[in-house]
Amino acid sequence: MASRKTPEFSASSMADIAFLLLIFFLVTTTMDVDTGISRKLPPPLDPNVKPPDVKKRNICKILVNSHDMLLINGKPGELSDLKQETKEFLSNPNNLPNLPEKKIKNIEGLGEIPVSLGIISLKNDRGTSYNMYIQVQNELTAAVNELRDELSMQKFGVRFSKLTDDIKIKAIQKAVPVSISEAEPENIGDN
Amino acid sequence: MSKFKKEGKKELPTISTASLPDIIFMLLFFFMVSTTMRETDLFVKINAPEATEVQKLEKKSLVSFIYVGPPLNKKLGTEPRIQLNDSFHVVDDIVSFIENEREARDEVDRKFLTTSLKVDKDVKMGIVTDIKQELRKVGAFKISYSTRKKMEEK
Repeated sequence: MASRKTPEFSASSMADIAFLLLIFFLVTTTMDVDTGISRKLPPPLDPNVKPPDVKKRNICKILVNSHDMLLINGKPGELSDLKQETKEFLSNPNNLPNLPEKKIKNIEGLGEIPVSLGIISLKNDRGTSYNMYIQVQNELTAAVNELRDELSMQKFGVRFSKLTDDIKIKAIQKAVPVSISEAEPENIGDN
Repeated sequence: MSKFKKEGKKELPTISTASLPDIIFMLLFFFMVSTTMRETDLFVKINAPEATEVQKLEKKSLVSFIYVGPPLNKKLGTEPRIQLNDSFHVVDDIVSFIENEREARDEVDRKFLTTSLKVDKDVKMGIVTDIKQELRKVGAFKISYSTRKKMEEK
């Protein structure tokens, strides 16, 4: 009964070796992709140049104090209302006189379109928690993203995040700019 | 029918484990590809805040990280500290850190350099504001606040 063919080598240890490697990678792996909220910082202020005058109606002041409480345009507000208020401020759907002006701009890919001149001025205390600051930034970004989505749906029929054409993306970005201005840091109150 | 019965064995045939390594290798390759080795050891505790409107950081090689958080080593106190590369630093070191990061990159890529701020959520804004001022001074305007993606409750 002696067989001529080469004896089959046992492959069962192969699984052990592979398991060993697998467990090594399982342990060392970190699946997190780096995600974050992108912002552009303004260049340092030139002390000789006066900041441009902005009409009062074009500014929405958001203050966050050291107790993580919000003041939206002089009124105490909640984080949950911030997105809606920002959207209303930036879009001014009924062209109210106390909300920002719009300027007709010619944008490639969209044609003539009214662009809001509204600026959100964000000011925080040194004692504000980072978490609160991010939540506020998040709500503001959400408001801008929703406005972009709406415009994109209206003009191109797809959501902004689903747009693939670079010209269209640029056009929407120009039509709904992220106009968040962060005040020069000041120490308001202790801690 | 009876001729089959003759050859049939009584004991159960052993299950071939030859395909097991293949399955394990498949898993192994998945983890090998998806893994990202951490380049620096963290000395500070970072529990990033959660947000819904996050963007992915593109081009990892063009990102420099600034870590801010309370030190992991309890002997160093609980005050938030800044970690650049592999050691603790103070706010004034950021300028030279960014300049070094720029030096290390190609001239073409330098203007695409992004600074990612990895900050613990319990840190106060004061130190973050200081860092932002330093970044403005050195001209690193593109920043990203590192956040985790919050799962929407719906």
